[in-house]
Amino acid sequence: MAEKMNNFYADSFAQARAPRADDCILEVNNLVKWFPIKSSFFKRTIGNVKAVDGVSFKIRRNETMGLMGGSGCGKSTCGRTILRLQEKTAGDVIFDGQDVFALSREQLRKIRPRMQLVFQDPYSSLSPRIPVGEIIGEAVREHDIVPKEEFDDYITRVMDVCGLPSYYKERYPHEFSGGQRQRICIARALALAPDFIVCDEPVSALDVSIQAQIINLLKQLQEEFGLTYLFISHDLSVVEHISDTVGVMYLGNMVEYAPTEKIFARPLNPYTKALFSAIPVPDPDYKLNRIILKGSIPSPANPPRGCKFHTRCDHCMEVCKYVPPRWKEVEPEHFCACHQYNDAEENRQAQEEMLRAKKEENGPVKDTEVL
Amino acid sequence: MAEKKKSSYISGKESRKITKFNRRITKKLEKERADANKDPALYTTKMRDENNVVEFDNVCTYFFSDVGVVKAVDGVNFDIPKHTTVGVVGESGCGKSVTSLSLMQLLQRPTGQTVGGQIRFNKGDGTAYNIVNTPNAIMETLRGNKISMIFQEPMTALNPVFRIGQQINEVIELHYPEMSEEDVKARTLEMLELVGIANKEGVYSMYPHELSGGMRQRICIAIALACSPTLIIADEPTTALDVTIQAQILDLLQNLKDKLNSSIMLITHDLGVVAGMADYVVVMYAGRVVEKGTADDIFHHPMHPYTIGLMKSKPVVGQKVDMLYNIPGSVPNPVSMPDYCYFRDRCEMTCGRCRGSYPPEIRVSDTHVVSCYRYYDEGTVLGYPKSVNVEEL
Repeated sequence: MAEKMNNFYADSFAQARAPRADDCILEVNNLVKWFPIKSSFFKRTIGNVKAVDGVSFKIRRNETMGLMGGSGCGKSTCGRTILRLQEKTAGDVIFDGQDVFALSREQLRKIRPRMQLVFQDPYSSLSPRIPVGEIIGEAVREHDIVPKEEFDDYITRVMDVCGLPSYYKERYPHEFSGGQRQRICIARALALAPDFIVCDEPVSALDVSIQAQIINLLKQLQEEFGLTYLFISHDLSVVEHISDTVGVMYLGNMVEYAPTEKIFARPLNPYTKALFSAIPVPDPDYKLNRIILKGSIPSPANPPRGCKFHTRCDHCMEVCKYVPPRWKEVEPEHFCACHQYNDAEENRQAQEEMLRAKKEENGPVKDTEVL
Repeated sequence: MAEKKKSSYISGKESRKITKFNRRITKKLEKERADANKDPALYTTKMRDENNVVEFDNVCTYFFSDVGVVKAVDGVNFDIPKHTTVGVVGESGCGKSVTSLSLMQLLQRPTGQTVGGQIRFNKGDGTAYNIVNTPNAIMETLRGNKISMIFQEPMTALNPVFRIGQQINEVIELHYPEMSEEDVKARTLEMLELVGIANKEGVYSMYPHELSGGMRQRICIAIALACSPTLIIADEPTTALDVTIQAQILDLLQNLKDKLNSSIMLITHDLGVVAGMADYVVVMYAGRVVEKGTADDIFHHPMHPYTIGLMKSKPVVGQKVDMLYNIPGSVPNPVSMPDYCYFRDRCEMTCGRCRGSYPPEIRVSDTHVVSCYRYYDEGTVLGYPKSVNVEEL
């Protein structure tokens, strides 16, 4: 069932995107990542945590895509699976024309320097025993990015670009503040001359004024080196500032995807609307018009059927409880999965599907009870 | 680099001297605090203004660490009026949490000590406690009862091995020993309902791990409000939660404040949260208050260069800028603070006077007070923050 549904997602996406021939560095089709839940004794799989459950998007070269959503919606898992730090469950990831999951070990090693990751917490992602120069240079040496005799110069140059003085090379991570450490993390990723960097909440652990420094640095590096970012964050104002396109995730599914201006000007999905209305605005006169969502996020191990958001949605209709919404292009370049934007034909299909689902649920015996 | 090393280097002899000095002072202060039969006159004072719940008057909280005295809070002045929300804003390490911990007397003792100034807590009958001198025995009757605290991380604030019901009961039983078991349970269930938990009977017998982050924070709020305190300290209550849950919790706090007639001291680094919640805002930098006023004063007419910088560095939805402003440099070392304005080295608006000593508090309007020499001629000088000379203790 899930398989079928996901294919359906992918097909509708591919059809909608196909006519535009643009230079995409990354293409994620229908990516699924489930974590099995094992029983305590026999280690049988008794269920799956559906962390990422059918996500598709494309990122054009030299652009930034912001990926946002509440905690536990699978945005970090998505980022890690794209880099093949974890094996996928289904779907595929095409990086610059190559299927990342079809590569052999050796091929994967070759492609690794081109896709890098900046972690959330700069306190735990740097080894406390290795000096900064070595942290940045280790992978450079491993991948033979530069000849041996230029190695030292190269590291100095990379550090300089990231705003780190060269005498930091002999120092250890504990001597630095959070902002400096995040610069070291960025320098480590940048040293391999990547094309694509996944930034997994790079500024969440930092103070406001330091955040600004790091965001500016990321933007400046992007212009200088033509980088492409996948920027994962739950801070909407940061996402709006840095991204060209934005994807919103809820419980493992992408619910809306559009260019930044469009999605912030006119969010379509009810979850996105609630999310945007909850952004705290630094102005005491601002009339708060929050849509306060009821309840909390359901467990990804046992997500509600139909539209996953229907348990908390203001506009929940009968059909939402049984039929997952289609992923469709509601406006040009503005994708959304919600039954509110169905046309007549889709509505009819959805109604049919709902009746079928209801019948399945009730079983033939209970038919008489239904009025 | 060599120079840098020199300044932080401490010889064995110096280190021993520091340790000896710290031990002498902390021992003396601890002894004073443990004395339960202290003369009440020593810790009872009068409020400056009867309409305030708490008055911080030149509070100095120092940490006697192995590398020297860290002046985490150094001459902080501000008031919390009745039935209002006061937001305390600042970067990490600016002393905002330490200020609230001094009020609760929950500092990491014996290293952390409030060595000077007064924290006056209104008793309601015309007198006030001076929290700085109040002995532990009296403090225990206040903590959780009159003043209570909501912590940042709901996961670590709750005990994983006790049921939710027990943890809320504990607070009520401690402060109202005369209540019967049934009454305590009834009160707990009432609190659970108050914080918006639908399945209160079920949650009563659950363990913390069975609840989501937002629910856990609701439990923490229920524990804090169980005795209807006059002051609630919320130390970054929503930092660990995501945006939609944050909206729920802030909404709840605001409603409960009105219901219980309490005041809230809201500590946060998120300017957006403060703008939506607070009536008064206090901006702290490096252990001192740099600017305070009503939310309107701070957000519409920020005056201190630090506040202005902080506002500019936060991206705002709907306002597109190419580059975010960032405040150059970093916070000075807390062990050896300069004797001039702490912000001077990072400030882009310095004037001639800035070369002098630390700027005084200057009142620019009825509610707006700023510590910056740029407004020296525009307002009335209220006074300079005073440090405590630790050698004289």
